[in-house]
Amino acid sequence: MTLSGAAGAVVQVAAVAAGSPMLVGWMRQVRARLEGRAGAGALQPYRELRKLAGKQDVTPEGTTAVFSLAPALVAGVMLVCAAVVPTVTVASPLDSIADLFVVVGLLLVATVALVLAALDTGTPFGGIGASRETTIAALVEPAILVAVYSLSIRASSSNLAAIVRATERRPGDVLTPAGALAFAALVVVIVAETGRLPVDNPATHLELTMVHEAMVLEYSGSRLAILEWAAAMRLAVLVGLLANLYLPAGVAGPRSGPVGIVLGVLAIAAKVAVLAGALAAAEVFVAKLRLFRVPELLAGSYLLGLLAVTAAYFLGPRRA
Amino acid sequence: MGLLSTILRLGRIAEPAAAPPVRSHVDVGSRTSLHVRHVDAGSCNGCEVELSGCFSPVYDAEQYGIRLVASPRHADALLVTGVVTRNLSDALLATVEATPRPRAVVAVGDCACDGGGLLGAYGVLGPVRAVVAPDVEIPGCPPHPSAIIAALRSVTGR
Amino acid sequence: MSAGAPDARDAPATSGRRHERAALAAGIATSLLGAAGVALGVVAVASGVGPVRVGGALPLAGVTLAAGATGGLFLLLTGAVAVAVGAYSAGYERHGSTGPAQLAAVPFFVAAMLLVPLAGSATTFLAAWELMALASLVAILADHARAAVRDAARWYAVMTHLGFVAILLAFVVLGAAGHADALAVLERRAGSLSSSSRDVVFLLSFLGFGAKAGLVPLHVWLPRAHPEAPSPVSALMSAAMVATGVYGIVRIDVEVLGGGPRWWALVVVLAGATSALFGVIQASVSTDLKRLLAYSTTENMGLVTLALGSSMLLADYGERSLATVALVAALVHVVAHAAFKSLAFLGAGAVLFATGLRDLDLLGGLATRMPATTGLFFVAALGASGLPLGAGFVGEWLLVQSLIHSRPGTGTLLALVMPVAVGVVALTTGLGVAAMVKASGIAFLARPRSAEAARAHEVPAAMVAPMATLAAASAVLAVAPSALAPALGRLARELPGHPGSFPQLGLLLRLPGVAGSVSPGLLAVGVVAASGGVVALRALVGRSRRPRGTRAPLWSGGAGALTERMQYTATSFAEPLQRVFDDVLRPDVDVEVGHVEESRYLVERVRYRSRIGDVVEERVFSRVLDGVHAWASLVRRVHNGSVHRYLAIGALALVAAVAVAR
Repeated sequence: MTLSGAAGAVVQVAAVAAGSPMLVGWMRQVRARLEGRAGAGALQPYRELRKLAGKQDVTPEGTTAVFSLAPALVAGVMLVCAAVVPTVTVASPLDSIADLFVVVGLLLVATVALVLAALDTGTPFGGIGASRETTIAALVEPAILVAVYSLSIRASSSNLAAIVRATERRPGDVLTPAGALAFAALVVVIVAETGRLPVDNPATHLELTMVHEAMVLEYSGSRLAILEWAAAMRLAVLVGLLANLYLPAGVAGPRSGPVGIVLGVLAIAAKVAVLAGALAAAEVFVAKLRLFRVPELLAGSYLLGLLAVTAAYFLGPRRA
Repeated sequence: MGLLSTILRLGRIAEPAAAPPVRSHVDVGSRTSLHVRHVDAGSCNGCEVELSGCFSPVYDAEQYGIRLVASPRHADALLVTGVVTRNLSDALLATVEATPRPRAVVAVGDCACDGGGLLGAYGVLGPVRAVVAPDVEIPGCPPHPSAIIAALRSVTGR
Repeated sequence: MSAGAPDARDAPATSGRRHERAALAAGIATSLLGAAGVALGVVAVASGVGPVRVGGALPLAGVTLAAGATGGLFLLLTGAVAVAVGAYSAGYERHGSTGPAQLAAVPFFVAAMLLVPLAGSATTFLAAWELMALASLVAILADHARAAVRDAARWYAVMTHLGFVAILLAFVVLGAAGHADALAVLERRAGSLSSSSRDVVFLLSFLGFGAKAGLVPLHVWLPRAHPEAPSPVSALMSAAMVATGVYGIVRIDVEVLGGGPRWWALVVVLAGATSALFGVIQASVSTDLKRLLAYSTTENMGLVTLALGSSMLLADYGERSLATVALVAALVHVVAHAAFKSLAFLGAGAVLFATGLRDLDLLGGLATRMPATTGLFFVAALGASGLPLGAGFVGEWLLVQSLIHSRPGTGTLLALVMPVAVGVVALTTGLGVAAMVKASGIAFLARPRSAEAARAHEVPAAMVAPMATLAAASAVLAVAPSALAPALGRLARELPGHPGSFPQLGLLLRLPGVAGSVSPGLLAVGVVAASGGVVALRALVGRSRRPRGTRAPLWSGGAGALTERMQYTATSFAEPLQRVFDDVLRPDVDVEVGHVEESRYLVERVRYRSRIGDVVEERVFSRVLDGVHAWASLVRRVHNGSVHRYLAIGALALVAAVAVAR
């Protein structure tokens, strides 16, 4: 554990916490421009969060502590993920407390908290959203774990810093068939995990097509602000993770000074902006899938992951 | 790629933004963001066509921070269209009460503002003000998208 | 579907006093036996017990008691569960209608379960095993007036005895080939057995122990017996008794036989993976709370078996330290499962106690009516879902780590089996989450879906306290698995083929030879601190502008108040999953649309009915039963009641026997 690592960890939590709304704004802006619109600007989510923080909290009658505490838990889990995932530094002292499987599990904990909150309201839409989200989350799990498996083979570890460092040492390794297949699998999984098209449409206002949005219909004011912030952090963490798993260039190490950390922040911001921009642009070209087509997409992702693992075993470099 | 070439050919469709309007006295807790929930209290759907026009690429209400949302709990303002029919007056009231404060009620179109000549029909309760006092009224049958956007911009002043 | 009122809570008050005393005595006896089991377990883990020979206890062979660390761990587990269940059942059965014989069977059941890991010889083991089966059978029959209970008991009796026959034959072959009764002697001689008799012993014992552990396709008794037994008995059966199946596999197949050819491992992996997936898919669509928990037991025992099989496979490929990790994963998960599953069954029992209902579609709104039970059940559900911060996570993490770290080039079979096994574990976790979210979200949150649920009250403190103890145990296992480290360390040294390199289970979980670590404890601290920070942030930012919060009716789309019937039910919640796994579940769905008289375009009402049976039971066992039945009716023709004919048959049989014996 180095001082630089500790500082880097603090900076990366702060960067994800403070920067994630901008990421959402940036993706909306990219979409708006491609649709010929002017867009509200990349900073619009900050304005919305500020507004919501000052709004009245409406607690629906008959709801319990599950409803009122879920947003804080969801955001808290995302902050822990932000501390663990090497976005700015690979030397975070917190790296050893959680590996990639734990990060996946924590994301699922956040999903479960929100699903329970939706069920707590007892509204039909809450039930729809909860049921669909649970189905998707359950089926995402094999795809994401097998993708993680294929990534961990290269580094002989599922701890994130180890994987990122392995890629830093041998950047060419990610360009193998196994790396490419795992990348495709991960993109599908991230799209499903963050509720973007074609799995879910974050901009919809038709209840019957909703997944994530249907669960938060009862939230208002500051609790809604926390949930939107947490959703933005989830997106930032996952996209940042994907970026650094495949292109760790610029990430701060255990002996980086303040300049290295600042460079790390700039590097991850640039990588995330490019990747998220590409995701947003791709969304313009696709329509939402029917709910019962989503399992097929996820099964496809699982197969890609399986192929990635097999490729890594049979085509990868033989060690030991 | 047909869609890609269309995107490249058309470029920006949105009309240039007009100068920001004078901010009205209505307070929704923000000067930069306005989330609206649409309530059809008995409209002929003429106003709805114009409303959807507001969010089309040409008028692009989103560039002023105006967005449609799925639940009154998420909304700062309610856009009420049509005369308030007896069947929907309770629904309108419930929607207003479901919206967190500070909130605004916007009456869109002649019917919502003063009944639009439908007053006295057996199913009609009256204009919006018969149920709840609107903060902003947008006349017109139907009102032009630019008029709707201008009125909404006056709430935030953006 | 609906459980009705499985326990008649309004028994006449006259016989109440005696019944109360009997319930109290049975509960105390159970707890004391459990405490004795814990004490013996501690001794066994620390220094081993016995062998002690009690000559007169069984005719001819006598009883031999001996336990090493393996037995000690299972003694500890069974004892700890029994302590909590005994205390709970004293409160639970106080107002129940369970008869004295059934009450008395529970302490016998616990004693028999404690005797199984203590058994030092094959005879003792078999006697304890049979005593366990009989005592649990009597305990299940608490409410024998109901046909469902009798039916469940019949299934259980048949399945458990078929399993017993398999184990008996396995021991006969083992004993005959090894010329001994004591397990320790058999362990030394097992290596010199012929490979075919070793194969026979393995297959028979795995079959028998698998039936006890609820592995597919021998699980069919489990989703019947667990729901119909009184909840304390369900808890004992599901948490402790199925673990004796795992104990049997570890003790006989791993320890005594000392491993075998590669296909053994594959059989075990396959059985585990199938059970995990089948169990969890069934659990995710079950609408009966206790049936759901029973299928979840099949799922968890499947994961444990998968871990054991992976351990055997990895050891066979020379990946010794990974094999140890997989073994530790299996044992950690057995212990965690005992904690969270007994808690879950006791929680379900509390719901049953308060409402008389097990049907999730009729429950709801218990969070405000039974806050303590709700909180405790949530702890169990978190553990059962295998999520981080829950008790089930550590075992699943260790299992996944052991699966992913075999080196490239070790073997083609490993490269094919491991990714699929990871997929199985992942899908099991995902669907397990769905099942547990359904159980906790539908049963406890939102509004009651029936009058019984609306009238529910919190259960007495005498029942809450034991559940709270189990919840505390689950929490300790979740954040500080190091509590198990000493026992597991000794155990791994005791088993053949597991060297000293052992996963560290301290504040950081570390693996031998692999760069991988997690810290559930620090993670829990981090999540709690970060969530607290968010709460503080919410209190600070925007507070001055914020109008006072308010309570408002649910948003109903402006359509008037939402009724209880508009809520999602367990059936509707699981409907997407039911569709996705249509091929496995084969649901029996019936949609009936009624039209108004005037026009067939106007729908009057729609009835949706879905019933999901057990495919294995309906497709496999029903055919077997049909066959047996046909054979039996054939045999019956010979039995027409004529004494002459019976004498003739007897004479023929005698002649045949003499002819063969010559």
